Amino acid sequence: MKALDPRPSVISARLSGIGGIIAVTGWKGGIGKSVTASTLALLLADRGFKTGLLDLDFAGASAHVALGADGVFPKEEKGLEPPEVAGVRLMSVSFFSGKKAVPLRGANVSDAIIELLAITQWGKLDFLIIDMPPGINDAALDLIRLIPRAKVLAVTTPSVMAHSVLERSLALYKRLKVPALGVIENMTPPPGQAAKAPGAAGPAFGGRPGGGAGRLIGSIRFDPGLEEALGRPDKLLKTAFARDLGKIMERYFKKPDNYSGSRIKLSGI
Amino acid sequence: MHEWALAESVIKAAREHAAGAKLRVLSEVGVVLGELQAIDRKIFSFALAELAKGPFREIGRCRFRLIKAPAAFKCRACAKEFTLKVLKRTGREGEYIHFIPELAHAFLKCPKCKSPDFEITAGRGVSIKYIKGEQ
Ligand SMILES: Nc1ncnc2c1ncn2[C@@H]1O[C@H](COP(=O)(O)OP(=O)(O)O)[C@@H](O)[C@H]1O
Ligand SMILES: [Mg+2]
Ligand SMILES: [Zn+2]
Repeated sequence: MKALDPRPSVISARLSGIGGIIAVTGWKGGIGKSVTASTLALLLADRGFKTGLLDLDFAGASAHVALGADGVFPKEEKGLEPPEVAGVRLMSVSFFSGKKAVPLRGANVSDAIIELLAITQWGKLDFLIIDMPPGINDAALDLIRLIPRAKVLAVTTPSVMAHSVLERSLALYKRLKVPALGVIENMTPPPGQAAKAPGAAGPAFGGRPGGGAGRLIGSIRFDPGLEEALGRPDKLLKTAFARDLGKIMERYFKKPDNYSGSRIKLSGI
Repeated sequence: MHEWALAESVIKAAREHAAGAKLRVLSEVGVVLGELQAIDRKIFSFALAELAKGPFREIGRCRFRLIKAPAAFKCRACAKEFTLKVLKRTGREGEYIHFIPELAHAFLKCPKCKSPDFEITAGRGVSIKYIKGEQ
């Protein structure tokens, strides 16, 4: 027989105690995927959900920066138990890379993702939020293959270019039958300035991008106070960014009556 | 102790293989342990034995043969081939590579041209080489 990789066989067992899995994606860098994923995890934990946050952007790991996860490390216990930061169980390659960059080719990224998923013991969670790297690349394809029940939450910005890339990507996800929660538009300008951003809250979505998968479920304004709150979860929760995201969350993430992973309802698919 | 998580994956994969190949009992599984990941052999084989005791009849009497695989690397930049012996790393870095072998690319570099763009051609981590059983 050909050498057999045993690791994928255990991944679904590792995720079996998790209610809903949401992958925060977007097809460009610097559009707010990581702050959205991190703040969403904080908001959910703040509402009493047991929440995990998995950073799969190995090249640009930043969830640990948003949460200010300093001096924490997973606990070795028949696998690795993610440390809790501000009520969120965090797993990130940053724990293992020190301050070094992680220069990985595609096949290596895949291998590292499989390893991390096989050894991480999440335990019982209501939600696992995944911070994805930009684009449909190794991480995205692995997600589809290894965690088929993950739902995509796409972030975009008010720009014709971002919308164009988004539309193509959502169509692809739809073809691959990946469930989508919807699209959040980030850095939406204040109403008076909307005209300066041609794509803002606008026409691209009128045309039902991705044939429905790309439904706009809310927008988040540009928040000049966000930057200085990064790294401080209590401050982050009080930003206008968190308020806008919180409003979207209230509509789409239902609180379970009593805690049990399988009871979580995610609406809006 | 994270060896347990990987041992569990070996048991699961072997049982899945048994079901797929319609094997009634598994007699021997050959597991390769790559030098780079530095899996603790004792803990790993203890974990395999404990996990195989479970309620699964097909694997209860299975023997696990652990096969050492030396790590080998080939530089993509200058084509130099090298082994783990010549590479320097701190204890902490070794531990990180133990958890995720790909971090070798963050801490190790080609001894000739210093590039981190090398290929791990052998001895990365845990894999199953063969599964023997009866139908
Ligand atoms: N709504 C917003 N208001 C102000 N700054 C934002 C907003 N969204 C994102 N940013 C900033 O933009 C930068 C990139 O965000 P990040 O989440 O790292 O993007 P990505 O993960 O998509 O690459 C960060 O410095 C972040 O603080
Ligand atoms: Mg990011
Ligand atoms: Zn070289």
